[in-house]
Amino acid sequence: MIQALAAIAGQTARLRFRGGGGALVGLVFFLAVVTIVPFAVGPDLNLLSRIGPAILWIGALLATLLGLDRLFQDDRDDGSLDLMFLAGPPIELVVLAKAFGHWLATGLPLAIAAPFLGLLLGLEPLALGATTLTLLVGTPALTAVGAVGAALAAAFGRGGILIAVLVLPFTIPVLIFGVSAATAAVTEPQPFLPPFLILTALTLVSTIVAAVAGAAALRVGLE
Amino acid sequence: MRLSGEGLAADRGGRMVFEAISFTLGPGEMLAVTGPNGAGKSTLLRLVAGLLRPAAGTLRAEPAPEAGLSSAVHYFGHLDALKPTLTVADNLGYWRSVYGGTGDIEAALDAVGLAHLLDLPAERLSAGQRRRVALSRLLVSERPVWLLDEPATALDAAAEAMLGRLIAAHLAGGGLVMAAIHRPLAIEPTTRLALGAAP
Repeated sequence: MIQALAAIAGQTARLRFRGGGGALVGLVFFLAVVTIVPFAVGPDLNLLSRIGPAILWIGALLATLLGLDRLFQDDRDDGSLDLMFLAGPPIELVVLAKAFGHWLATGLPLAIAAPFLGLLLGLEPLALGATTLTLLVGTPALTAVGAVGAALAAAFGRGGILIAVLVLPFTIPVLIFGVSAATAAVTEPQPFLPPFLILTALTLVSTIVAAVAGAAALRVGLE
Repeated sequence: MRLSGEGLAADRGGRMVFEAISFTLGPGEMLAVTGPNGAGKSTLLRLVAGLLRPAAGTLRAEPAPEAGLSSAVHYFGHLDALKPTLTVADNLGYWRSVYGGTGDIEAALDAVGLAHLLDLPAERLSAGQRRRVALSRLLVSERPVWLLDEPATALDAAAEAMLGRLIAAHLAGGGLVMAAIHRPLAIEPTTRLALGAAP
């Protein structure tokens, strides 16, 4: 069963990299958001370094949502989804494996790219580290919440904008605690740990919710 | 393994597709499901696969597979489940890992006469070739029940004969085959089940 789930996660990640550079699209989009903001708010380095973590988080959130609509839709369209129901592992774990594969190809590159893009925003080393850490811990939650939207979209055969509308409200807590942890690391009286632990908890909870809710949505889609 | 359905009914969107369908299938037997378009042949196969729940009736497998009937079936539907950007070998390797099989990929492709296409991306295949690759999926992992939904679609005469041989080999090994068909296959089914006209 481990082998089956590893194969599902691996193939999801591989297809994301191969299918028309899907993973790169997210990365380029992330880069675009981060480079455009300084032009919009002006060359005030103090301001930029203060709102830097927030910009990185917004960029990561939008980039994560970008490729999500195909997560289950492709499998539904080519018949793979039916076969996965018969494969053996519970469909809850299949959803998790697919979400994990998607995160490997989208969320992880974003977290890795964050420190380099943070330099563009004039973030100090501590803030760079904190933002990267929060992205590393928080992007799985974004992918997990998005996976539920993707499963619903596949179940009802409506992709695209529906996912963003469904998913965005549920990602706001992740955004709030991700950004507050990242800024707390460099703003003195505020402690880093409480918001960071809440962010971790959000990731764990949304992973479980994604497994159960995603599987339920896909089951409904079969009928 | 013996597979039997009793009084099966399927409800699709508030409309009864069929009612009171019964069948039994033993090792080495093949059941051909026939009927006009919309009679519920595909629905019956999906129901046996566990992809749909019957509105009424029971489906029984004896001895029951530990992980449920679904874990003992190969479903060969209208869609080929091939990822266009991956090679034929990668596609088959994926399904072998997911289904936990031990079959040799090259041997399976050889059985459907496509061993020379091992490294070709699936998007380059013709419709018939895609169908044959999808068929070889059933060979790389061993499962006793084959549910074939119009397996001969897009196949040429030679491939149809090959399909007949593969089914015969599976039956000879004690397997069960349930196939929805329009035209007779290259192999004579043990029993037939005619579904009524669409209401």
